[in-house]
Amino acid sequence: MLELVLFVVFGATALYGAVAMVMARNPIYSALGLMLTMFSLAVFYVSNAGHFVAVVQVIVYAGAVMTLFLFVIMLIGVDKAEDRSESLPLQRPLVLSLLVLFAAGVLVAGSRAWFTGLGSVGPPINGTIEAVGERLFDTWLLPFEVTALLLIVAAAGTIALAMFRRDGGEDGS
Amino acid sequence: MIVTPAWYMALAAVLFAIGVAGMLLRRNALIMFMSIELMLNAANLTFVAAGRELNLIDGQVSVLFVMVVAAAEVVVGLAIVVAVFRRRATASVDELAGLRG
Repeated sequence: MLELVLFVVFGATALYGAVAMVMARNPIYSALGLMLTMFSLAVFYVSNAGHFVAVVQVIVYAGAVMTLFLFVIMLIGVDKAEDRSESLPLQRPLVLSLLVLFAAGVLVAGSRAWFTGLGSVGPPINGTIEAVGERLFDTWLLPFEVTALLLIVAAAGTIALAMFRRDGGEDGS
Repeated sequence: MIVTPAWYMALAAVLFAIGVAGMLLRRNALIMFMSIELMLNAANLTFVAAGRELNLIDGQVSVLFVMVVAAAEVVVGLAIVVAVFRRRATASVDELAGLRG
């Protein structure tokens, strides 16, 4: 019963945030709408026994990533009105028909089976730090170390993008 | 009424579709990035819901990996947006036609 109430309330909140993110004219409102959706998803993670990923969702996504988005929005200005006219004549009807097709596909797939594969194995999970960490450093150790490489590459790329400006001589425009 | 994981799957599908719509309808590069984040979040929700249904913790580990990749992608992408804005003074993807032949 509690899960039903949580699902209805935060599902509506997540959908509202997502629609507000797409529809808002001001990018700040878009960022705040996306933040609302991310908080709602953190609630769903808790409902699905993902306590640790819920905390990571709030700290990393709603905290760090969205703060980065807000910084960039502030940096490049929010006061310019976006030109909302469409230059491709068929774009909007095509998008809508694509979405309708997608919804039909989801309904067809969902009426058959939502899950394939093993089926339920083992005891119910509890996504504490211990449980996630044991699996992460056991089965997924090599992918975990590859993510370290990925983060190094991303940090180096960002520093390179920030360092080489016009006076760096490597861009000739 | 009991909330089955299929409900979460349906919600995630709707969120993903909204993300696709934002990606296709908006011109602002930042909003398009946020739409990508929304799609990644919808995929994360399916991972967590399926992990509970199958009693596998691997779904939550996958969510952590997706978050790492998304964080790296956002950092590089926003750096590119800022670099483009420095040169062109716009964040609209329609005006970035420098590769047009």
